[in-house]
Amino acid sequence: MAQTSHGVGGLSYDAKKRAWPAEFNVFLALVILVVVFELIGRIFLGDSFLFNTRSDVSGIFNEARLQIIILQVSIVGIIAIGVTQVIICGGIDLSSGSIVGATAMIAMSFAQVATVNGNPNPKAMFLAQGWTDLPVIVPVLVAIGCGLLAGLVNGSLIAYTRIPPFIATLGMMVTARGIAKWWSKGQPISFPTDSFAAIGKGLMPVIIFLSLAVLFQLIMTYTRYGKHCYAIGSNEDAARMSGIKIANHKILVYVIAGVLAALAAVVLSSKNLTAQSGMGVMYELDAIAMAVIGGVSLSGGRGSIVGTVIGSLIFGVIISGFTFLRLDAYYQEMVKGVIIVGAVVLDQWRQRLRALRA
Amino acid sequence: MSDIVLKTENLTKRYGGVHALEGANFELRKGEHVAIMGDNGAGKSTFVRQITAVEQRTSGQIWFDGKEVNFAGPIEARTAGIETVFQNLALADDLDVPSNLFLGREKVLFNLGPFSILDRKYMRKATEAALIRTAVKIPNLSNTIRHMSGGQRQCVAIARTATFASKLIIMDEPTAALGVQETAQVENIIRTLKDNGEPLILISHNMRQVFDLCDRIVVFRRGRIVANLRKQDTDGQDIVSYITGAKTGEAELAA
Repeated sequence: MAQTSHGVGGLSYDAKKRAWPAEFNVFLALVILVVVFELIGRIFLGDSFLFNTRSDVSGIFNEARLQIIILQVSIVGIIAIGVTQVIICGGIDLSSGSIVGATAMIAMSFAQVATVNGNPNPKAMFLAQGWTDLPVIVPVLVAIGCGLLAGLVNGSLIAYTRIPPFIATLGMMVTARGIAKWWSKGQPISFPTDSFAAIGKGLMPVIIFLSLAVLFQLIMTYTRYGKHCYAIGSNEDAARMSGIKIANHKILVYVIAGVLAALAAVVLSSKNLTAQSGMGVMYELDAIAMAVIGGVSLSGGRGSIVGTVIGSLIFGVIISGFTFLRLDAYYQEMVKGVIIVGAVVLDQWRQRLRALRA
Repeated sequence: MSDIVLKTENLTKRYGGVHALEGANFELRKGEHVAIMGDNGAGKSTFVRQITAVEQRTSGQIWFDGKEVNFAGPIEARTAGIETVFQNLALADDLDVPSNLFLGREKVLFNLGPFSILDRKYMRKATEAALIRTAVKIPNLSNTIRHMSGGQRQCVAIARTATFASKLIIMDEPTAALGVQETAQVENIIRTLKDNGEPLILISHNMRQVFDLCDRIVVFRRGRIVANLRKQDTDGQDIVSYITGAKTGEAELAA
């Protein structure tokens, strides 16, 4: 018997027939992808993608591979959490990769030790000022400040001058990269304090990524901020007529995206123990790809952080699957491009199908 | 005087040299449903836009709810109690019914600025109550508006205006894009509003609808009010002659 649930006006609907969440399809894609790599591995390489085949290591799964998959996507994943909110709100953020570069340089300058092996730190930016061996909170706050400032500029440009988000954030992308290069005249900044280095150690990036994902999934679902993101992305005029302060909201969205990019910069530079001006190149596109693969609609109004997290895992599985199949990194790049376009095409088809059915 | 909900005196709007609205004197009493008719460009929508402060009037005065008002914008007008159903609906397609009903005035559990936690249970309950009050039929409230028919969307838009115990509801051609059944559904809601004693201004081109639903008919022509007739004192033929200009109505208004 069909389980029915009541609506209003005497109408009801079949609760079992209710469409499953869009995230389920994305999850299904992830499972299929893993199965495909597993089958290819078993048939052509005689090795398992997912399971542990070595007798000298315990455990059912190949834990090393699983760790690599999630570890390599968690830093870009942090950015993708912010980018997801921007896209749901009907915008786009191309500047996040460059914000990572600039923030990593600036924050790292405040996280350096005074002496290396008994000698003065050769890379220290502020040795003369004595700004070395500072508590870890200083570089983190500096980073958050950088992200906040960049996001504020992005958001204000978009909200007040009404230039398209694509152009505003493209400008920030070029400018922030320039700032990153200017800050250190092309030299890397290295030798962070132990407490700063601890932020990106081991599985810390994964823990930070997943905690932020849970936090923002809750915010997007249960708070006024989240509701207004979906409302603005879905019909900006309706949102304006309903009294939502569009400009303030947009600025807040880009500020959050900027701060998340800055946090990604902290984790990345801490993990690498160094900051370079070329850090985070193309990260903005990887982050957008994760969101799009995860079902976030580029036309705004639809998607979720959960979807983006699954999208990032798909991303990780593809990269690590290619390594597993011993294919060149060049192929990875090429296939990445195909997958991004494919995900958008799929989304378009899904929308058209839905429109036909309605 | 006290039962007058809305009154305008010499309300005028000019766009450059174009006189879109000239000296409109209008009154609406408690519980009254008034229809505004007229040809395209007669000034109907312009009239509504001045009242709801979507545009700022050139001259004239507006009294609402016993006070003279000067709304700076549509949000102020709405806060004062004027709810408008726009022709283009003003719904967010990707949100469900409760979210659309409470768009921009969400009920919250804790106030944390933008990160205030929403009271979803309350909003769902209130939505159900509002839809029952307006006799709207929707199978699943958790569905997004995107998946609903034109009639259901229009019903949600109307239910939204009725939910917030507004003092005046304005509808700009609410059934223009709807089929027969959907039109009937919307008209039923308007009747329910009438039974609840909620005053309403209805802009419509549909003569049958106007005679079915309204107490009084005001005809606009070339930016002026040319007729203000009680339903029982007129008929369709009469209204058409005012709309087309065959009858000028100046004699009656002057008398």
